[in-house]
Amino acid sequence: MALTHRSSNLLRPFTTAVFSSTPSLRRPFSSSADDTTTITIETSVPFTGHKCDPPSRSVETSPKELMTFFRDMAKMRRMEIAADSLYKAKLIRGFCHLYDGQEAVAVGMEAAITKKDCIITAYRDHCIYLGRGGTLLECFSELMGRQGGCSKGKGGSMHFYKKDSGFYGGHGIVGAQVPLGCGLAFAQKYSKDETVSFALYGDGAANQGQLFEALNMAALWDLPAILVCENNHYGMGTAEWRAAKSPAYYKRGDYVPGLKVDGMDALAVKQACKFAKEHALKNGPIILEMDTYRYHGHSMSDPGSTYRTRDEISGVRQERDPVERIRKLILSHELATEKELKDIEKEVRKEVDEAIAQAKESPMPDPSELFTNVYVKGYGVEAFGADRKEVRAVLP
Amino acid sequence: MATSLRRFGRLALISRNWSGRGFSTSPSGEINSYSNIQQSEGKSINLFSAINQALHIALETDPRSYVFGEDVGFGGVFRCTTGLADRFGKHRVFNTPLCEQGIVGFAVGLAAMGNRAIAEIQFADYIYPAFDQIVNEAAKFRYRSGNQFNCGGLTIRAPYGAVGHGGHYHSQSPEAFFCHVPGIKVVIPRSPRQAKGLLLSCIRDPNPVVFFEPKWLYRLAVEEVPEDDYMLPLSESEIIQEGSDITLVGWGAQLSIMEQACIEAEKDGISCELIDLKTLIPWDKETVETSVRKTGRLLISHEAPVTGGFGAEISASIVERCFLRLEAPVARICGLDTPLSTCFRTLLYAHQEQDIGCNQVNNKLLAILLL
Repeated sequence: MALTHRSSNLLRPFTTAVFSSTPSLRRPFSSSADDTTTITIETSVPFTGHKCDPPSRSVETSPKELMTFFRDMAKMRRMEIAADSLYKAKLIRGFCHLYDGQEAVAVGMEAAITKKDCIITAYRDHCIYLGRGGTLLECFSELMGRQGGCSKGKGGSMHFYKKDSGFYGGHGIVGAQVPLGCGLAFAQKYSKDETVSFALYGDGAANQGQLFEALNMAALWDLPAILVCENNHYGMGTAEWRAAKSPAYYKRGDYVPGLKVDGMDALAVKQACKFAKEHALKNGPIILEMDTYRYHGHSMSDPGSTYRTRDEISGVRQERDPVERIRKLILSHELATEKELKDIEKEVRKEVDEAIAQAKESPMPDPSELFTNVYVKGYGVEAFGADRKEVRAVLP
Repeated sequence: MATSLRRFGRLALISRNWSGRGFSTSPSGEINSYSNIQQSEGKSINLFSAINQALHIALETDPRSYVFGEDVGFGGVFRCTTGLADRFGKHRVFNTPLCEQGIVGFAVGLAAMGNRAIAEIQFADYIYPAFDQIVNEAAKFRYRSGNQFNCGGLTIRAPYGAVGHGGHYHSQSPEAFFCHVPGIKVVIPRSPRQAKGLLLSCIRDPNPVVFFEPKWLYRLAVEEVPEDDYMLPLSESEIIQEGSDITLVGWGAQLSIMEQACIEAEKDGISCELIDLKTLIPWDKETVETSVRKTGRLLISHEAPVTGGFGAEISASIVERCFLRLEAPVARICGLDTPLSTCFRTLLYAHQEQDIGCNQVNNKLLAILLL
C-alpha cells in the first residue's frame, strides 16, 4: 500500500503548512511503526543537478524510518548539547566542534547506505560516528579522553574512528581527508564489492587544493567516491561567499557531476545519497552539496555570533530545523502523538545522562599508552622521554 | 633591486633616516637600537598586542606591505590582527580562503614583486600543506634564479607550541623542519617586547622568514613594550641570565620554564647561564660557544620531540667546538617522541597544568647532570 502524501513547502512555518491526511492513514498509535507501510514524501526543495539529471523529489519512507530518524537526531542533538556543557565544565578539553543543526546529513546518509560503505570526515565527527553505530558511552569517553573511548582516549573530539562499520574517522587538517576517501574508493573498486566511499568536507575545505587533486584522480579512474560538501555556510568565521568565488560547491567539480541537496531534510539527504551511490558505482565520482547549518560556533572557542546575526540562527531553527521537520512529518501523518515524541526526547536525555555518568567512571589512559601505537609493535623502534637518558623505551 | 636589498640588510638596527623608496622602505624616523629601547618606557601589553603593534607599524611604514591569512580580516583567532583591516583597508589586510599552500605560494609571488608579504598560517600545525612552497619555492628562489628574483619580503607568521589542551593539531612545534632548509630564517620570540622587535626585523629582513609565535604566551606574557618603531637583530642570541655552572639554551615559550628551573637550581647552589637563541637559523653559535667555554656544561630544551629536534644541531655544533671544555655530555630536555594527545596533557605539558610543576622535573634532570 503506497500512499502518496504531498506536503507543502516545509520551509514555511508549520502553521501555514497544509498536511492533509486521508482518513485511511489514521491508525492507532501503537501500530504506527508498521514496517510494511510506505509513505511517499516530497522534499520541500528540489534537487539541483550539475551534469546529471537530479533524482525525483518523491522520497519513499516508512513510519519506522521516520521514528528512527527522530530518535537518532534527537539523540545527536542531545549529545552535542551535553558535550557543550561538559566542555564548559572543563571535563572535555582541547578542541571540540559540535554538529547540532547538521544532524540530517548524518542520519539521511546512513539510511541510504550500508556499513560496508565507507565514510571519512573532518573534525566535526561526533554524530557521524554515532550514525555509524557508535555508542554514546564511547563518544563521551573519547571526548573526555578516557580509556573507554572509541580511540582509547588518545584521539579526542576530532578523532573518532569505527573500523567495524567503515568509519575511517575524524581528521584534524582541513580537507586532508578527501584524498584519503579516494584511496578508500580505489580499494573498493578493486575488490568489486559494490561499495562506495563518502568523503565529507566543509565549505571551508572546498577551497583546498588537494580536494581538486583528489577529484581529478577519482574522475580519471572512475572511482566510486562521493564527495559530500557539508555546506554550513561558514568556514570558521568566514562566510562562504567571502572565501569562494563560486559558492555553488556542487558545480565546483567542473567535469564531475554534482547535486545540490537540502541538507536540513533527512529524507532529501537519503534520496541524494541513494542516487549518488548508484551513480558512483556506474559512472565514478559525484559531488553532493548539502545545504546545512551549524547552530554552534565553529568550535567551542567561537561564540558563533560575531559573523552572523542571532536572527539568522533563530530563523533557521524555526524554519529549517532537521529534528522539527521530522517531528512535523510524524505528527501530520499521525504516526505518534506529541507526547510520545516528548517521551522519546526524555528517554534520549536519560540515555545521554547515563552515558556521561558511565564515561566519567572510565579511567584515564595509562601513562604507558603514551608510547604505544606510535609504530607497530615489535619493530624495536626506540623512543625517548624528555631527556634521552632517563626515559628510553623500545616501543611496545 | 639587489642594491636596495643590500642597503637595508642587518644595518637596520643602527639609527638612521631612510630616504629612498624601493623595496627597502624603512620605518619613518629614527629606529631605536636595543640599548635605547631598554630604557624607553612603554605600556604593559601582552604578546598578541605586541604582535599587533608590530603589524600596525609594518603596514604604516611601508605602503607596499600586506597582511593576509585565514580570518585575519576579523582580527585572527588570537586577535593579533585586530583593527588592521579597519585602519589600512581591505586591500592590504584581507582574509584568504582556507588554503595554506595557496596562501604561501601567493605570498611568494607578492614578495617577488618587491612587496612585503606578511602571511599568517592560523596554527603552525597547518603549515604542512605550505611546506612545499616554503621549502621549494621560497627558500630557493634567490639561489636558483642566480639572484634575479627573490621573495625576501616574505614573512610567515604562525602560532606554535602547546597550550596544554591543544591536542594533536593545535600543539606542534615544527621549527626543526624549517631549520633544515638553507635560504629561510626561523625566528621565535620569548616575550612581547622581543616579539615586536623581532617581528619588525623579520618583516624588513631581505630574506624569507618563518616567524613562530608562542601561543601559550599570547595572553600570559605581559611586559612593558615601547610604543615606537624598533627592531631587534636577527641571528643574535641574548644572555638572559648570567651564571657559571651550566649554560641553558632555549627559545620561545620554553624559556619561561627554563627561567623557573634556573630559580629552582639557584636554591641548590647551581648557577645557570640562560641564553635565548631567538633566531634558530642562522643561529648565533659564538654566544653559545663562549658561554659553554665558561661553564663547561650545556643543556638545551625545546618543546618539539627530542629526536631530530633543533637541540641536536646545537649539541653537535657545540661538541665540535668545545669538546675539550665540556665537563659533561650535552643534555637535551625536550618533548617526548610521541604525538600530542590531549588526554596526556598532564604528562606532556606538566608546566601548563597548575597541579604539577615541570620545573621539578627539569631540576631533577639538572641535578643529575651536575653530579
